[in-house]
Amino acid sequence: MLRVGLLSGLALAAAPAHAFIAYVSNEKSNTVSVIDTESWAVTKTIKVGQRPRGIEFTRDGKFVMVAVGDDDTIQVIDAKTQAVVDTLPSGPDPELFTQDAAGKTLYVANENDNTVTVIDLEKRARLGDIQVGVEPEGMTVSPDGKILINTSETTNMAHFIDTASRQIVANVLVDARPRFAEFKHDASELWVSSEIGGTVSIVDPQKHEVIGKVNFEIPGLRKEAIQPVGIGMTKDDKTAFVALGPANRVAVVDTATRKVTKYLLVGQRVWHMAFTPDEKYLLTTNGVSNDVSVIDVAAQKVIKTIQVGELPWGITIAP
Amino acid sequence: MIRWLLGPIGLCLAAMQALAADPVTIGVGYLGVAGTRSTLSLVEQPTDNDGVAGAKLAIEDNNTTGKFLNQRFTLEERRIREGEDVVQAATALAEHNGFIVTDLPADALLKAADALRDRGTLLFNAGAIDERLREADCRANVIHAAPTRSMLADALGQYLVWKRWPRWLLLVGSHDKDKLYADALRRAATRFGAKIVQERTFEDTGGARRTDSGVTLIQRQMPVFTQAAPAYDVLVAADESEVFAAYLPYRTWDPRPVAGSAGLVPRSWDAAQDQWGATQMQNRFMKLNSRRMTALDMQAWTAVRMIGEATSRTNSGDVKKVTDFIKGPDFSVAAFKGTKLTLRDWNLQLRQPILLVDGRMVVSVSPQEGFLHQVSELDTLGYDRPESKCKLK
Repeated sequence: MLRVGLLSGLALAAAPAHAFIAYVSNEKSNTVSVIDTESWAVTKTIKVGQRPRGIEFTRDGKFVMVAVGDDDTIQVIDAKTQAVVDTLPSGPDPELFTQDAAGKTLYVANENDNTVTVIDLEKRARLGDIQVGVEPEGMTVSPDGKILINTSETTNMAHFIDTASRQIVANVLVDARPRFAEFKHDASELWVSSEIGGTVSIVDPQKHEVIGKVNFEIPGLRKEAIQPVGIGMTKDDKTAFVALGPANRVAVVDTATRKVTKYLLVGQRVWHMAFTPDEKYLLTTNGVSNDVSVIDVAAQKVIKTIQVGELPWGITIAP
Repeated sequence: MIRWLLGPIGLCLAAMQALAADPVTIGVGYLGVAGTRSTLSLVEQPTDNDGVAGAKLAIEDNNTTGKFLNQRFTLEERRIREGEDVVQAATALAEHNGFIVTDLPADALLKAADALRDRGTLLFNAGAIDERLREADCRANVIHAAPTRSMLADALGQYLVWKRWPRWLLLVGSHDKDKLYADALRRAATRFGAKIVQERTFEDTGGARRTDSGVTLIQRQMPVFTQAAPAYDVLVAADESEVFAAYLPYRTWDPRPVAGSAGLVPRSWDAAQDQWGATQMQNRFMKLNSRRMTALDMQAWTAVRMIGEATSRTNSGDVKKVTDFIKGPDFSVAAFKGTKLTLRDWNLQLRQPILLVDGRMVVSVSPQEGFLHQVSELDTLGYDRPESKCKLK
């Protein structure tokens, strides 16, 4: 047993840097850019439906789902052929979505009718809707799969939804226009970004209370330009990266002190982000400069910029 | 009504057993004037629910949030006819409503505000852009969700200067409000370094705004009116009364763009605004009201959302508590303009970006890049704290 462990550890250490495939949704060009993380180049551009935003790999890595809001559906891209092969019955104007750990159930935020749609991924069938606040957006599932979080942008709440009963069990008021929610891997905290409020609220998922806030201040930059959206949490839960929108920076946050330790200058209007599975790199989508920044996670440095389509919005990387 | 009530209550019971009590009811009144103003363009003719339609949507939005907080919002609308007493109407509304959104002329608004002062009713001015309501005639019980004339003029002025069109030919209507708008435009020119090369007045001689063969006459009239002007970059028209400005584009003697009351117009909102998540809001509005959203609709929506924002933050329907929160330093509201909107504490004016629109598209949003301010760039629009004559009482 011990020997096996050692061997596999050695094998990992000796292996050359792994190449991964990242998919980026370009909101304005109605395309998805495919990026190879070895060459850091766009290897393919896939035409999709109108206004692609939320994008995620299926758990098995075989498909990429992309919400095409203006076509009121989620398209499915086959990762092998890199072509659209199917659609999912989402509600109107899907924007962001999340799936359970098993990859069987998909939860979709439908901005236009204040609902979260539940979809059976295997049957590709709609199971039902959950009424939430005004303009649902951010979606995430707790590590144990029992709680679904949805943030509503005009109601300014994080809704805690029991995934078994599909009922709201708690509502936590956060700062204005909550966009994105992310659990710590140990489930001890839920982080919610507020785009207009300019903060990240840290919520105790048991007590359903805001227990802390991350504030941002960048010398020489007006406060209104700081608009937190995407959040990325390292696997050890020690460091969080927060995209600050038109501030053109990603904040590096020490999760113990809840203070920003560094601001990394990326492209313009940085929105969402994804880690490579080895967590060596963090890729961010920069909407206004039409590119993706590559951050070396350990060095906390931007090492590369890759031009993609117009208004890159979401990003997902093959598991 | 009953079904509408049952929905939220049912959900509350299922979701949160703790909230078994009756919901807190928060009454919002809407006080406007009966009848609609006449516009030169038929497509811009306001409907008779202009403004209140926005308030209705905000009531729905507040109620969606309210079902999680056990709060319920109601809207009571009242329109005063010519000769009707505004004080009586306002007092009647205040019986059941701690908050009143108004779309009233300045004098009527002041009468209503003074009559309701001792009651503690909080008024939200959604319609009047008059500077004096925020200056010499400001009131401690009136919050201004509508922008001011100077905010609108400054928003336009910043853009024209950014565009490097510094020489303006100013055409002014003959009514009082046209002259007030011209004052604001002159002030903007001085502040941002533009030059008014000449001013001309368009006398309103009366007559109908719409005739069957009007075009022929206008086509001859407008070039003559704009003839022999000193060299200029852009024609700026101050015509709030809707007498002539809409006739100017494509008919000026010199081929020049038109701005102000026609052409490129500064507004708090436009049906074409689709940035910063506004599309969802436009869709919700269309679904509820079967028409597109105007600036007045948006101003009323914002007023009612300010109330909803404060009641959810304070978890209270108490007018005093809510009023204190709105006037306090922690208040802000999101209104699809890319930044949070806050109150100027010296005169209770809502800070807001202003859109510049051409009737089909949003051309730009002010404040423009490079117009800096030590507190908030939004304070580069309109009268700033040091200039203010307001003493809140």
